[in-house]
Amino acid sequence: MTAVATRQIQFREALREAMSEEMRRDPRVFLMGEEVAQYQGAYKVSQGMLEEFGPRRIIDTPISENGFAGLGIGAAMMGLRPIIEFMSWSFSLVAADQILNNAPKMLYMSGGQFGCPIVFRGNDGAGGQLGSTHSWAVEGLFSNVPGLRIAIPSTPYDAKGLLKTAIRCDDPVFFLESERMLGNKGPVPEEEYLIAFGVADIKRAGTDCTIVSFGRPVHFCLEAAEKLAAEGIECEVIDGRTIRPLDIDTIIESVKKTGYCVVVDQSWPFGSVASEVAAQVYERAMDYLDNRVYRVCSDDVPAPYSKVLEQAMLPHAGKIIEAVKKATYLA
Amino acid sequence: MTMTDPKTALQPVDRVEARTRLKWLRDMMLIREFELRTMQAYQEAKIGGFCHVYIGQEACAVGCIAAANPDDPVITAYRDHGHALARGMEPRYAMAEMFGKTGGCAKGKGGSMHFFDRRTRFYGGHAIVGGQTPLGVGLAFATRYENEVLERGEKRVTLCFLGDGALNQGALHEAMNLAAVLELPCLFIVENNRYSMGTAIERGTAMAHDLSTKAAAYGMPFYQADGMDVCAVYNVMKKAVDRCRAEQIPAFVEIKTYRFKGHSMSDPQKYRSKDEVAEYEANDPIRRLADALIASGDLDEKAFRALSQGVRDEVRDAIAWAEKSPEPDPATELYSDVVREPFGPYGPTTLPEMCGHEPGAIADEQ
Ligand SMILES: Cc1ncc(C[n+]2csc(CCOP(=O)(O)OP(=O)(O)O)c2C)c(N)n1
Ligand SMILES: [Mg+2]
Repeated sequence: MTAVATRQIQFREALREAMSEEMRRDPRVFLMGEEVAQYQGAYKVSQGMLEEFGPRRIIDTPISENGFAGLGIGAAMMGLRPIIEFMSWSFSLVAADQILNNAPKMLYMSGGQFGCPIVFRGNDGAGGQLGSTHSWAVEGLFSNVPGLRIAIPSTPYDAKGLLKTAIRCDDPVFFLESERMLGNKGPVPEEEYLIAFGVADIKRAGTDCTIVSFGRPVHFCLEAAEKLAAEGIECEVIDGRTIRPLDIDTIIESVKKTGYCVVVDQSWPFGSVASEVAAQVYERAMDYLDNRVYRVCSDDVPAPYSKVLEQAMLPHAGKIIEAVKKATYLA
Repeated sequence: MTMTDPKTALQPVDRVEARTRLKWLRDMMLIREFELRTMQAYQEAKIGGFCHVYIGQEACAVGCIAAANPDDPVITAYRDHGHALARGMEPRYAMAEMFGKTGGCAKGKGGSMHFFDRRTRFYGGHAIVGGQTPLGVGLAFATRYENEVLERGEKRVTLCFLGDGALNQGALHEAMNLAAVLELPCLFIVENNRYSMGTAIERGTAMAHDLSTKAAAYGMPFYQADGMDVCAVYNVMKKAVDRCRAEQIPAFVEIKTYRFKGHSMSDPQKYRSKDEVAEYEANDPIRRLADALIASGDLDEKAFRALSQGVRDEVRDAIAWAEKSPEPDPATELYSDVVREPFGPYGPTTLPEMCGHEPGAIADEQ
């Protein structure tokens, strides 16, 4: 980024700007979901949008995820560009049929006739002591599905650029935000920009160990990397930014340089995004590895309510430091 | 055998020329012949997977679609051959799809339960019971959005077909509620053939004896038609379509029909009696329309035989064409049509032969 001081805006404002800019640009884009209009967004992401775009394009729905997810898909088959907001991705599970059977497979099943240019977006991952039903990190589940793109930004800058790309994409995109990051501020330029899918961002350069992550845990990786640097271990932190497509090339390049790899993923370990990254690293860079790949995931238990238990279950800097030390034979 | 008298006298149809009714007859006969040959091909193992034929229900698709405009979107469940043909898909593309060939309407990627035809605005065959109903509401949303936000196009209505089994799916109730609160011109058309697989409607659906209650729950107008009389279906649907188009509101339509064959190709039909089937077969919608046209002097036995021969030839040609159509090549077809913007292993998207492979037509219609 340029040396010119860029303004700092919140994650939620970055999301709002992305949607508003795309809605001004393309009248086919509309936003639909629970409390997006009159309530101004359950998490204030769509604040003010009703006023600008009116009730025909900012549309409140009843609590019917399966219904309005399907409505969006039908509208997308006709060529509209819906943005469907899930208050939380946890609630998308009741819309599983629509989002997993219909959105990603319509093009294939129709032999190329009906595409599905739609964005589903909302909060993903633990919100903070919400218990198991409300603490889904869906990336592990949904990255198993062909036909989808999954974007999972960690900064306001990435959020805006990736969301604009998602809205312009001719295929379905699952856009995973985090309630815990919506208030985070970061530099976002005034000028328009887009971020291509499948291009990871090296959030911190380093030579000693590669740490790969996605979404909110990227910040825990950076925190761990700072502490490790104080001990003389320079980690390279790669923010994948999108899970599908996965920028495996950038990861492999880094692993070839460092010889060590830790993958940090907030979903559950069995069949997780971390497992997939590890498998692909083995497939492509086995000979460059000086140790096995280490995974830091959520513990393989339902998300607990207790603050202490929840902390113990989620990935955090302490766990990442430990994994890096093990991976680099320092522990 | 208890037989009720076939009710040969059909409802009078206002302002519908005999020529049009002859076309309905031909369309219904084409579907019947197509389905008979489908069953045969299935037995010969030329068709795989699950396959559900429409025999007995032909008047539903033909009568409903006749009442709509060609640019009104149509969507249905997995028992979709009749709707696709009634809407104008050529039998060869339908048959080739079931044969799993490249010439199929979905290039052999969808199969019997997933027919699609963008030329005729047929938005598919959908095989998760009730799953098509939110999509139908979305089609209706898009037509309204086109009128009101994009400020173009004529007022349209969406025909969203479903089976009686779908009455018990949450998706339908969410869809109906959404259509009601958002005021979307979607017609939910229940083809009540009295069974979902082996479950008689009374065993699975509360208030099965009075489906108007379902419409009332969502404040929608309710319509009901005898699905064994294509003219009655047309009359009722015409009223429903005209009103929903003018007022841009949803409606709920029950069409009382019956499937003459098993649920799918493997159904020993232990849940219903042969007498019951025979009773409905005696009320065959095709025979009834043919008899009525003969009685009115618009058709004679000779012309009827010519019609029969015509549809037989057309379906025979469809089968020959489907057999000749090449098997898809995994090297090119497996990874194409997954996404429109290729990445990683995915190749480009192309339209099926049915659409003339026109690259321009890939662009969305809005
Ligand atoms: C969600 C779901 N559950 C079960 C099935 C299996 N199944 C396929 S057809 C069918 C019966 C549906 O009956 P109905 O809706 O009345 O349609 P009809 O077969 O009479 O045309 C069932 C249970 C399915 N396809 N989808
Ligand atoms: Mg049924």
